[in-house]
Amino acid sequence: MSFAWAKQYEPKSAFTKWIDEKLPVPRLVYNAVGAGYPVPRNLNYMWNFGVLAGFCLMIQIITGVVLAMHYAANAQVAFGTVEHIMRNVNYGWMMRYAHANGASFFFIVVYLHIFRGLFYSSYKAPREMIWLLGVVIFLLMMATAFMGYVLPWGQMSFWGAQVITGLFSAIPLVGEPLQIWLLGGFAPDNAALNRFFSLHFLLPFVIAGVVILHIWALHIPGSSNPTGVEVKSESDTVPFHPYYTSKDGFGLGVFLIAFALFVFFLPNALGHPDNYIEANPLSTPAHIVPEWYFLPFYAILRAFTGDLALFGVTFVPAKLLGVIAMFASILVWFILPWLDKSPVRSGHYRPLFRRFFWFGLIPTMIVLTICGGAPAEEPYVILSQVATAYYFLHFLVILPIVSQIEVPKPLPFSITEAVVGGDKPGGTPGGDPQGVVKGLPGSASDGSLQPAE
Amino acid sequence: MASDTAAMSDTDTDEGVRRRDWIHIAALSTAGVGAASVLIPLVSQMAPSADVLAASSTEVDVGAIQPGQSIKTTFRKQPLFVKRLTPEEIAEAKADDGANMRDPQTLAERTKEGNEDILVTMGVCTHLGCVPLGAAEGENKGEFGGYFCPCHGSHYDVAGRIRKGPAPLNLAVPEYSFKTDAVIRVG
Amino acid sequence: MTIRLGGIIAGLAITAVLVLWSLVPGFMNFAFGPAPEKQASYAFYEHGEGPEGGFAFDGPLGTWDVAQLQRGYQVYKEVCSACHSMKFVAFRNLQQLGYTEAEVDAEAASWTVPGIDPNTGETTTRPGAPTDYFPMPYANSIAAAAANNNAIPPDLSLMTKARPDGSNYVYSLLTGYEEPDPEKAAKLGFETPPGLYFNKHFPNVNIAMAPPLVLDGQVSYADGTEATIPQMAKDVAAFLTWTAEPSLVQRKQTGWFVLGFLLFATALAFLSYKQIWAGMKPKKK
Repeated sequence: MSFAWAKQYEPKSAFTKWIDEKLPVPRLVYNAVGAGYPVPRNLNYMWNFGVLAGFCLMIQIITGVVLAMHYAANAQVAFGTVEHIMRNVNYGWMMRYAHANGASFFFIVVYLHIFRGLFYSSYKAPREMIWLLGVVIFLLMMATAFMGYVLPWGQMSFWGAQVITGLFSAIPLVGEPLQIWLLGGFAPDNAALNRFFSLHFLLPFVIAGVVILHIWALHIPGSSNPTGVEVKSESDTVPFHPYYTSKDGFGLGVFLIAFALFVFFLPNALGHPDNYIEANPLSTPAHIVPEWYFLPFYAILRAFTGDLALFGVTFVPAKLLGVIAMFASILVWFILPWLDKSPVRSGHYRPLFRRFFWFGLIPTMIVLTICGGAPAEEPYVILSQVATAYYFLHFLVILPIVSQIEVPKPLPFSITEAVVGGDKPGGTPGGDPQGVVKGLPGSASDGSLQPAE
Repeated sequence: MASDTAAMSDTDTDEGVRRRDWIHIAALSTAGVGAASVLIPLVSQMAPSADVLAASSTEVDVGAIQPGQSIKTTFRKQPLFVKRLTPEEIAEAKADDGANMRDPQTLAERTKEGNEDILVTMGVCTHLGCVPLGAAEGENKGEFGGYFCPCHGSHYDVAGRIRKGPAPLNLAVPEYSFKTDAVIRVG
Repeated sequence: MTIRLGGIIAGLAITAVLVLWSLVPGFMNFAFGPAPEKQASYAFYEHGEGPEGGFAFDGPLGTWDVAQLQRGYQVYKEVCSACHSMKFVAFRNLQQLGYTEAEVDAEAASWTVPGIDPNTGETTTRPGAPTDYFPMPYANSIAAAAANNNAIPPDLSLMTKARPDGSNYVYSLLTGYEEPDPEKAAKLGFETPPGLYFNKHFPNVNIAMAPPLVLDGQVSYADGTEATIPQMAKDVAAFLTWTAEPSLVQRKQTGWFVLGFLLFATALAFLSYKQIWAGMKPKKK
């Protein structure tokens, strides 16, 4: 739908013609992930994670629906029904371990997808909407994952529900009534468990809906690519199928191997032993931490240890500062496309930006993850404060300034030139690549220049 | 696959069209086998779980049942009728053994040798699964003095055999055995 | 431009609040404040290394040692079950330990479970059936606390999964009772109060459970294995690993099969991918 040379779906049999007239789903698929979607030919393996994230969502929905057939969201029996799944239901252990580890792998994949977007500035025009929808998906995922973790009704489930809803009690005036409203009681119990189950079942389908919008928005400008140079001519692209279906198929295999290693050999490595103790409102686990994928944000929450006070008057208590910062740390991604105004997208051609990315942002995220999982003692507190400060400085201060002062490296004229190195200005492929370009399916058409912007 | 090979033959230069095809067919079929085998756990998780299967035998004390009385108990979460026939009922049932029936069975086939007076049947109408009347005192026993299903009017005789109405089969006799003279183990 | 200016101001403001009100006071306190008299730490107990030689089920190829599980069951039955429940395990599950159906029936019948008198409806007790779950030693948690110096003996069904490195933890805990070490206690500020027992592997160091395995030969193993304390601890730790995850061996075996298949499928996918891209990526000059 984006490039003039995109191949058109041609129904061959009478039946496919009939379908195409009545409900052109095959055409939709053909244009979305088939030969009708021209994709830059230079995508590296970092571009596999979008498809993998969609696959993870599918794993979670399928295993989740299965688990819901055996689970009961009642504080009296919830823990027991999870054990029933593990012990009595046919392949129940496999379903549950796949679902629990599937959540972790979903986050691994999505984090890689996000940081690929950050490095290659995939959020920049004309792809702001894709990025914004992606952030919405991420927020929905966090809510879904949190509520899902409550369902087994172990100690971490219970105290996680207590602590996370407790965040809302930091809001002035309405905070405490809000927390009680969220829980439907004064502490997590049946009411909270039931509504979390209901929402945990609903939200994945909302995510699936936003994913469709995300992909729709993607197909308007087309995929970005490692050079950040927009597609100019047909020789810059290959059809999604079979080129990227085969590459994604291989990527999926590698992903599944890693996933199977965890599901079958280390199923509890990413969880907490405390969650195998039934929820006990009278005793908090000694060391309470969220799941690993929330740790950076948990570290930001805890980094604010002092009230904002002047002359003995407290303006904002530390608890509220932490909550604001934690939410802000994700909300800042919503304005990212307008903070980083450098015309160059790819980090490969931005020496200064690249340095801040690899030596600033990435170590910061690692430090925050470690600090989030560490007990609240020195040196972790100070480290997490430094890392939190850098996190906000990176997005809000460094990126806007870098994009002003940086001298980017010269960009290749086109994707084809970046790949084969022989593309002369003007887009006429010369010498070496000619054979390749000629060989492309559907390349008999004009091969005209069509800047995407 | 078709477009795969189409794309292939387009880019193909000189050697190995068949070998290439073979690789894609193998890869796709392997993926298909993988996807199909995922169905095994997905389908079998809906089958009865281990605790349900384990609980599928019941012991019933039949010693206290008086002739002419029935008790209703449960087997696999379904009603189970255990009835001690009176000598008259036994005679009646035997007399009917040769009658024209939809699902011909003799009383001897439906009871255990030596315990012909103990009739164990599922309390599930073979028509559409309602619970027939007649096991409790004072209930409608139907035209043949056995059980009567009120849902669609199936009449069973004293041996639980279908005699009139839409039900296709006699009331099912589950597998059971006498552990002692007074205790049966169903399932 | 406004967004960027606003962003820079907001970023600097957040950093200023963080640095001035949290980081600086925290750092001053850390660097120049009085050192805490005793540093409360999360890990003052010793991590248990587990039995020498490990367990039969360790590692990706691990499998159950059925004889050991039977011995461990005997230890649970004769020692632990006096105070500890195992409510998620049913007698029928014992078949997995290599008992025949008849043996499971007999084993179940040797336990007394709560029942209801079929004639009067009153609560009573009856011998267990294979479908019954292991009975609770106490009527409720209050009774459990009252009988045990206010410490409720935890359910053991999931114990080895409910503690980090659980199988080794159970072994180490059972063999880790010691005379209180005054030197260590002084360092930690932990005394062992009367009624509690010093155990270097317990997260609290002072545990309410009296040493359960105190004598060699406390149980007489049917298979003739010498019932030393480490042997009993190892057996019961293995048994509790089984109760926590009966599907452990099946899981690993399925895992190998799945991994083998995936490696094969991924190799094919790789070849297919390379074939499709052949000629698409000419070497750079």
